[in-house]
Amino acid sequence: MKFGIQVNEGPFTHQASDSAYHFVKAAIEKGHEVMRVFFYYDGVNNANKLSAPQADDRNLVKMWGELAAEHNIDLVVCVAAALRRGIKDEILAEGFRISGLGQLIELGMAADRTLVFGD
Amino acid sequence: MEEDFDTAGVKKKFMFVNSKAPYGTIYALEVLEMIMISAAFEQHAVIAFIDDGVFQIKKDQETSGVNMKNFSPTYRALEGYEVEKVYAEKESLEARGLSEEDLVIPVEILSAAEISELMDTQDMIVSF
Repeated sequence: MKFGIQVNEGPFTHQASDSAYHFVKAAIEKGHEVMRVFFYYDGVNNANKLSAPQADDRNLVKMWGELAAEHNIDLVVCVAAALRRGIKDEILAEGFRISGLGQLIELGMAADRTLVFGD
Repeated sequence: MEEDFDTAGVKKKFMFVNSKAPYGTIYALEVLEMIMISAAFEQHAVIAFIDDGVFQIKKDQETSGVNMKNFSPTYRALEGYEVEKVYAEKESLEARGLSEEDLVIPVEILSAAEISELMDTQDMIVSF
């Protein structure tokens, strides 16, 4: 199955990004395709390379980038949501790109199922 | 990694479900931005207001006291964006003492059960 994923919360306050990450990993392991992960709302904070969690905590920003590199996943950050929150190309973590909301709608059109992670 | 998906001829049913009050969080505003973008893709789009989301379309919003932009007039522009239908949930309106006359746009009022049936017929539900 072709999945589209939307992440609506940042990496620390809320579990949504962790859940999405584990879902994507599990789906790929089962042979499914993840066409794109789209980060919206505070989800854009998942792409902030300046974030520096403590050493004994997971680092989701890095983990998303590594997962994307390993499985060639398109990680897209919404430009309007990102600029509001100070996420710009200068601080964009490895593996992410900034683009428009149209990329989410297009994903919904192309994927068999689009899952939304957040409240 | 950037790729263009082949979406030629694809026309899906999108449903945007608003369940949050308009100003305490940013969800309502950013859903609105999403709805307007989706129109450019010529999909079937409907919107439903449930729970505190019905406050998003309440008339006479006065937001200067909380220093927020009153974006409720934008909902009136949705007609021009080819949104096919706007629904509000009967139980949510009643629980908050609201009726159709209190709203900035015309809506079709559906019960929770009817909204649930409508959800079953959609391809993609974006819910906040």
